[in-house]
Amino acid sequence: MTVLVDANTRLLCQGMTGWAGTYHTNRMIQYGTNVVAGVTPGKGGRSHLDLPVFDSVAEAVKATGANASAVFVPPAHAAKAMIEAIEAEIPLVVAVTERVPVLDMIRVREALAGSRTRLIGPNSQGVLAPGVCQIGVMATNRARAGSVGVVSRSASLTSEVISQLTAAGLGQSTTIGVGGDPIHGMGFVECLELLLADPQTQAVMLVGEIGGTEEQQAADYIRSVRPAKPIVALVVGENAPARRRMGHAGALIQDAAADVANKVRLLRDAGVIIAPSAHLVGEVMRDLVSKRAA
Amino acid sequence: MQLLECDAKVLLSRYAVASPAGFVAASVEEAEAAASRLGSGSFFVKAQLRAGARMTAGGIRAARSTADVKIAAGALLGRKLATAQTRAAGLTVTKVLIEQAVQARRAFYLAVGIDEVRAAITVTLGESRSGDIEQLLREEPDAFSRLYLSINGECQPGDVASFCQGANLSMQEAEGLRKTIFGLHQAFVELDASLIEINPLLLTDSGAWIAADAKLSVDDNAAFRHSDLAPLGFDAEADQVERQAQRHQINFVQMDGDIGTVVNGAGLGLATLDMIRAAGGAPANFMDVRTTATSLDIAQGVALVLDNPRAKVLLLNVFGGGMQPCDTIVEGLGIAYRRSVRKLPIVLRVTGNNEDIARLRLANFNLPSTDCSDMWQAVTRAVAIARGGKS
Repeated sequence: MTVLVDANTRLLCQGMTGWAGTYHTNRMIQYGTNVVAGVTPGKGGRSHLDLPVFDSVAEAVKATGANASAVFVPPAHAAKAMIEAIEAEIPLVVAVTERVPVLDMIRVREALAGSRTRLIGPNSQGVLAPGVCQIGVMATNRARAGSVGVVSRSASLTSEVISQLTAAGLGQSTTIGVGGDPIHGMGFVECLELLLADPQTQAVMLVGEIGGTEEQQAADYIRSVRPAKPIVALVVGENAPARRRMGHAGALIQDAAADVANKVRLLRDAGVIIAPSAHLVGEVMRDLVSKRAA
Repeated sequence: MQLLECDAKVLLSRYAVASPAGFVAASVEEAEAAASRLGSGSFFVKAQLRAGARMTAGGIRAARSTADVKIAAGALLGRKLATAQTRAAGLTVTKVLIEQAVQARRAFYLAVGIDEVRAAITVTLGESRSGDIEQLLREEPDAFSRLYLSINGECQPGDVASFCQGANLSMQEAEGLRKTIFGLHQAFVELDASLIEINPLLLTDSGAWIAADAKLSVDDNAAFRHSDLAPLGFDAEADQVERQAQRHQINFVQMDGDIGTVVNGAGLGLATLDMIRAAGGAPANFMDVRTTATSLDIAQGVALVLDNPRAKVLLLNVFGGGMQPCDTIVEGLGIAYRRSVRKLPIVLRVTGNNEDIARLRLANFNLPSTDCSDMWQAVTRAVAIARGGKS
């Protein structure tokens, strides 16, 4: 089994008729994802990429039975698109859009509270169950189906981690990008809950960085549930200059070295194995998994 | 985008947040005129900078007379002022704010910001104390009260009352504080702020609340909603290199080492800095080429590295993704080298979508490059070159 997505996922794309939406929808279709509709207000009734386009998410869901949405809408309208999908009770919404205003994300989280929707992102590369379903913009050529779950704040590092895992002979169950923004949907803890409960997932790779408290919360959670499955973590950014925005809005910090040291200590105390450098994650996970098997 | 104190105070006055009487001056003569208009009493002469920690750096000066104001303004205007929050070289003071000193009975720290975990607007209040406020907030969190508000200003019933009660205020004072808090909340939402900090917020004998200082930062991602604020955020001394990079879809931060980096993705960029340090080297910059960058944008980013006189080697670490395959990045590299007289040795690791096409392009451009199969090999190679080894 995979988490969040599977062979029954029926995807609609909000903003499909834009150029980014078109490009990535096409890639997802090529990968085998069952894309059933597009939504662009004002373009309802047309056809794009041989798929029906609707004015609203609610109409698209009613007509096609879509149960997931990918949001490719530009920053100025991205929050509105996410809230529309939440109000249409879509079970999974994956927001790829970068640079969404932070107060808009508070509005989205207010709509999300008590809803039936799980939100991934924004500023996320998406969710990939290798060989089964791709929702998002990630590289897929190195991904292989397998037993390692990956949860990450960084799109580029996820590609790197997937590549190293595959090279180490370890496939992936599901990879989830929680996104690089300070306020987002699902966090490390909710992703861990799903992956630790998933029978296909035998180990979990956490990719963290400076800023925010995802890693601290994950450490608290892991300490409290004492999972049998091994968890490896990488936390990058200890050499980032202070007070500068390093690409991810969520990675803004006064003392990067102290922040990373604190996160590493808490995760290690919770029983997580720390990968000492980004180039070693594949090896560390392979050694850990083979030790468990022995 | 951080605004100057004087601009922040004008904006906040629209939300019924009062500040001391004052005027902005760009010259000693204007400062003298401002003091005369304010009348007798004592004043503060405050350097207007887009950075905090001005007080300890001597950027805020008390003056007892118009003559004192002239001296203080003369000492600040046109000079560089370095604080704990600026770079070592400091920032040039082009304006000072002359304010009437306010007799306060009590002084508070009041901030409106964002709580990332709760996804709420958070108000922090504490009695003013000496010392570094950021350190106090970190080390003595219990010395501050906190209030969480929704976008519409809703909170749990009783929260505001107990918040004000925690500050040990009379009914009338609490009502004034409540109005100030909700004024700031409205300003925060309408201006798309990421932080409003009033330190100190003064309570006078007559029960008035006065913002003696104001720091206002606006969310850069929301700039498209606030074209009117853009001129206020313009900082002539901001890093031109970093601003140039932003125009080309590249996040760039100048650092002081000698290994220039070209990386696509923020996480991979941070990891690259860590690996360079672990291998004993020093990065010349952080770079995150966004997926929206074209090969021409990337050429501009590479040029920024080539133009940095400290850089001795260019390390390119690329994982080609869905939107930005490897060949797009190598194309940008080739264009930049064709345009540039300075050709630093290149160490590269390119993998992911279209890596084979990228290698063909690399050969066509005939670049001075070493191709490495993994990141660590590339990093150690770049460090060796920077140390004076052979390329």
